[in-house]
Amino acid sequence: MASGVKPRVKVPKSAAAGETIVIKTLISHKMESGQRKDGDGNVIPRSIINRFTADFNGQNVIDVTLEPAISTNPYFQFESTVPEAGEFKFTWYDDDGSVYETAKKISVS
Amino acid sequence: MRRITTLIAVSTLAVGAATAQDSNELSIDGAPMVTEVAAPAHMENVDTIYSGWRFRSVETQSLEMDDFDNPAFVFVDKGIDLFDAVDGSEGKACASCHEDVAEFAGLRTKLPKVQDGELVTMEELVNGCRTERMGAEPWKWSGGDMTAMTALIGLQSRGMPIDVAIDGDAAPFWEKGKELYYTRVGQLDMACSNCHEDNYGVMIRADHLSQGQINGFPTYRLKNAKLNSSHGRFKGCMKNIRAEPYKEGGEKFKALELYLASRGNGLSVETPSVRN
Repeated sequence: MASGVKPRVKVPKSAAAGETIVIKTLISHKMESGQRKDGDGNVIPRSIINRFTADFNGQNVIDVTLEPAISTNPYFQFESTVPEAGEFKFTWYDDDGSVYETAKKISVS
Repeated sequence: MRRITTLIAVSTLAVGAATAQDSNELSIDGAPMVTEVAAPAHMENVDTIYSGWRFRSVETQSLEMDDFDNPAFVFVDKGIDLFDAVDGSEGKACASCHEDVAEFAGLRTKLPKVQDGELVTMEELVNGCRTERMGAEPWKWSGGDMTAMTALIGLQSRGMPIDVAIDGDAAPFWEKGKELYYTRVGQLDMACSNCHEDNYGVMIRADHLSQGQINGFPTYRLKNAKLNSSHGRFKGCMKNIRAEPYKEGGEKFKALELYLASRGNGLSVETPSVRN
């Protein structure tokens, strides 16, 4: 239902083994709170991203519950240690059941 | 009304104490930008011109230094999609004629410019393509589609110095823009110059007044979380001084855009910039 949803992530291409890296993520989403009304006074139904997760090689790094007060285009920045080469997998869960996924590989030097 | 007058008097007194622009240097993803340069010869009352970036807080400044952090890039991505999207009766997209948007590198530095005796802006070039070649509906001047496209095209010139022509055919338009810049209007009876030339660097309520440079437009503003066209910003200024805004895309704002662009000749294009 939500249109123009596009996930973006920024992960370094490589890191030293055990290094802590900064990961930035952003998903374009209008995050309709469910509190607003349209011109005719009808409530605009809630439509938000309600959960965001990041996994590294199958191991969970961060798992976030999002609430209606979070503004449009939610942005997360967090840190993760990288023990080995592998792949970060990012998943956003939409209220309408859609799941948006993206992945980034990282090598260890 | 008396209270307003008193407030203005007080704020005018406070002017001397406020601080001016900072001395931070801007580089975007490693590419250095010129945010301070000697004023063009035609500016009589200003020695040095500064990008609006220099007047913002460190937090706002940092948003522009990394394209991932810059919220405007959500809209630039939309512009990329629009560039490839077929629209109108001819079944064409921008990309049908213009192979790569990168071919517009340098365009933003020259606009607005005079073509066949008319002053044209980027919005008009885009809409000209849409109506004449694509058979599509023109976009609204400050609409989301238009600002996304002008941001994408402007981005191709980022880092290049603004260099609009003010002589020859452009001279009468430039003179008109200059006259508008120095003409007091509205209930507060103020001209552009009263804030952006006489008082740049000082506080206007909780905000630093900039020199009113337009090298970063369309600009992402934190106050409305979207891209803003320069004409939209002019309207905002005019409302602030209790004037009746001119029309977006009208002859007056186009002339003013040319004059303001010429006041920034030498500054880097920062499109799409981040401001508050």
